[in-house]
Amino acid sequence: MNPLLDVSGLKASYGRAQVLFGLSFQLEPGEVTALIGRNGAGKTTTLKAIVSLIPAQADRLVFKGHPISGLSTYRIARLGLGYVPEDRRIFTDLTVEENLEVGRQGARPGRSPWTPERLFRLFPNLATMKRRRGNEMSGGEQQMLSIARTLMGNPDAILLDEPSEGIAPVLVQAMAEAVRAMKSEGVAILLSEQNWAFAAAVADKACVIERGEMRYQGPMADFMNDEALRRQTLGV
Amino acid sequence: MDLSFILIQALNGLASASSLFITACGLTLVFGVTRIVNFAHGSLYMVGAYTAATLVPRLLEMSYGPATFWAGIVLSALVVGLIGILLEILLLRRIYRAPELFQLLATFGVVLVFQDLVVQIFGPQDILGPRAPGLRQPIEILGRRFPSYELALIIAGPIVLGAVWLLLRRTRFGILVRAATQDRDMVAALGVNQALLFTGTLFCGAFLAGLGGALQIPRVAANTGMDLSVIAECFVVTVVGGMGSVPGAFLAALIIGQLQAFGILIFPKSTLVVVFLLMALVLAIRPNGFFGRPEATGGSHVVGIASRAPVRSGPLLMIAVLVVLAALPLIADPYLLKVATEILILALFAFSLQLLIGVGGLVSFGHAAFFGLGAYGAALAVKWLEASMFVAVPSGLLLAGAGGALIGAFLVRLSGIYLAMMTLAAAQILYAVAFQWVDVTGGDNGIIGVWPPAWAGPRAIYYLLTLAVTAIALFGLTRLIDAPFGYALRAARDSEPRAESIGLAVRRHRWLAFVAAGAGAGLAGALYAFSRGSVDPSLLGIPTSVDALTMLLLGGIQALTGPLAGAAVLHALRDWIMPLTPFWRLLLGLSIITMVLIFPRGLVGTVFHGREERA
Ligand SMILES: Nc1ncnc2c1ncn2[C@@H]1O[C@H](COP(=O)(O)OP(=O)(O)O)[C@@H](O)[C@H]1O
Ligand SMILES: [Mg+2]
Repeated sequence: MNPLLDVSGLKASYGRAQVLFGLSFQLEPGEVTALIGRNGAGKTTTLKAIVSLIPAQADRLVFKGHPISGLSTYRIARLGLGYVPEDRRIFTDLTVEENLEVGRQGARPGRSPWTPERLFRLFPNLATMKRRRGNEMSGGEQQMLSIARTLMGNPDAILLDEPSEGIAPVLVQAMAEAVRAMKSEGVAILLSEQNWAFAAAVADKACVIERGEMRYQGPMADFMNDEALRRQTLGV
Repeated sequence: MDLSFILIQALNGLASASSLFITACGLTLVFGVTRIVNFAHGSLYMVGAYTAATLVPRLLEMSYGPATFWAGIVLSALVVGLIGILLEILLLRRIYRAPELFQLLATFGVVLVFQDLVVQIFGPQDILGPRAPGLRQPIEILGRRFPSYELALIIAGPIVLGAVWLLLRRTRFGILVRAATQDRDMVAALGVNQALLFTGTLFCGAFLAGLGGALQIPRVAANTGMDLSVIAECFVVTVVGGMGSVPGAFLAALIIGQLQAFGILIFPKSTLVVVFLLMALVLAIRPNGFFGRPEATGGSHVVGIASRAPVRSGPLLMIAVLVVLAALPLIADPYLLKVATEILILALFAFSLQLLIGVGGLVSFGHAAFFGLGAYGAALAVKWLEASMFVAVPSGLLLAGAGGALIGAFLVRLSGIYLAMMTLAAAQILYAVAFQWVDVTGGDNGIIGVWPPAWAGPRAIYYLLTLAVTAIALFGLTRLIDAPFGYALRAARDSEPRAESIGLAVRRHRWLAFVAAGAGAGLAGALYAFSRGSVDPSLLGIPTSVDALTMLLLGGIQALTGPLAGAAVLHALRDWIMPLTPFWRLLLGLSIITMVLIFPRGLVGTVFHGREERA
């Protein structure tokens, strides 16, 4: 079976400073892959490069069989590749419902589309604040909304950037459940994390990057058992 | 002053507030989404007025009645909306990521193009539209007659506000517009085609501009000056209300409408002065206007001269150039000398702007203010004090320097687009003062008889005098740019927080830059007055400001010598081409647009850049 997202030789720079040095990895349909690395390793850059939010070069960048290298951001999103940024980027002037509306895209064949009602069941917190504006929400609520908003586009895969960062501990558990629920709906997830405990709780595979280079790829469980590798790449 | 009078004035204020709001609302909507201040918005307003004044009478001939009249107004606005779509597709979408100076210049290029096109299409005469059927009779309010059409206008403002509100709150398009106003990239990452969204927004913005213009036809004849007069007012409304905020624009328009209606009792000569005071007050308390939010200022938005090592061949080269220029009277006829004199003056004018824009990153769109102040300072000294040239020219310089100090004092708080719009507004206000204060300034006719003393009268002598003065002034300004003062300005331009953290008094340096640039431009203006023998309000007008910007752009903003080359090229071209074609402004406008799109480094900049690439 072909991978859903196939990345090979991904390079990116900010001005003269090269940050990614030829990353290669795949995301399989319906799977959760964790992109693990320390702060500054290049996780966010990788996700942004894939969706064309920053310029990048790659030997191969294919999503659902479509080459997406150089495609504009909105076309990539239309193909069904969702992106949830680490800073959430909620539209703070818009209500919860309006934020969801911005993310809405048509249904995809063979799957029942996400609706606000379904999403409110997935994120019960949001159901109580449909009319609230983004700037009146807590960090964790914004994170939920940001994910829900991307799901409104009925993506086949989501690039999820550090969902557990900066949210209340009680919500971290809910977040992990939400990730599992999305997976059970058939959404593949590329999860960027430096919190390996969170990654371990939800991911099938681990891709570990260090200073823009791939250090390890393999089952999440193996990474968890390899203490030496963990210490080397994450310092824990 | 009785109650009925106050009421009538208030109603007048409401009527003009409505018109102003409808137009400014389009500008602010477009800015919110595209982050472009569309200078051509006033042109769209003008096209709306011309279209309606031409179209509505034809429609009324076919079927006379209120329905036809209002349908004609809306139809005209739709036509303008379509022009807005063209504008977005052909130009704006290519400059969304360009520095704001280039965006303003490119859209001003469109203003020039429209000025010629409107004359070609609708003819040179003003066109007064028909009166609105059903609203021809004035109504009586507390014993005074009040035009009923004005009442319709008063209602139109809130109707448009309501319609825009519904559009923004109740439609998917509106929700996307509001989202994009906040974070365009995120909207794209959610799968929204920005191009379509932006085109749609431009349609709405242009439609509103067209509507604003079309609604004027029963009260004001469509004329070729409406574009620039309305754009300056719209700038004030959007800045006071907060860029991108529709309710802000409404509130600002209401206040400004009332201020104009009652301000006329205090400053009968220039109601704009009151408006200016309001603006100063609001911006002093709320730098982003009533409902605006702080702009995220990106590094990509400044363009400027790099700090550079002084070129070693520089002084020798300059002396050689000076010698050649000084020898010009030996071979040139008086006409050529006159052109050469003006080129020198304009070079100084452009160079002083370079100090603000290239060095300080302070995008001034109203540099004509200082040029005009210098010219008027000199001319007023001659007219009222019978001063000689040697007193009058320094008076001009002083007046302009003082103007720089005053205007700079409250502009240094602003940055980016706010600064650009406010400098423009300041220049427009001086323009209005010069135009309306007839007793002192001679109004539209200006002041004549500003001649040098007899011995300096011959073209060759005046040319040499100008050469000496401009050379000294340019030398002084260059020294200023290479001095610590210049480095401080550049540091503040590249990163204000960093400059402040190393202890630079950013605002004071910027204020001094305004004073110096004002004085430099004022000197140029004073010399210009004596070269022409007269001054008139056009010296303070937007086209004069844009001339300076065009010279900068032509020569290259990154290059220190750019303005000199730019002044020579622009003035020579104008002198050569303008007599040959009625389409000078169209050509100039297209050239500006072309330069912004494919040649943003300018002539000198491109040459030097090519050299660097090869090295
Ligand atoms: N906008 C930017 N400009 C310049 N450098 C950046 C920018 N964003 C990130 N970097 C640099 O790129 C590297 C990778 O950053 P990032 O992808 O954000 O890492 P991570 O998400 O893994 O924490 C870091 O060294 C960071 O300093
Ligand atoms: Mg990151």
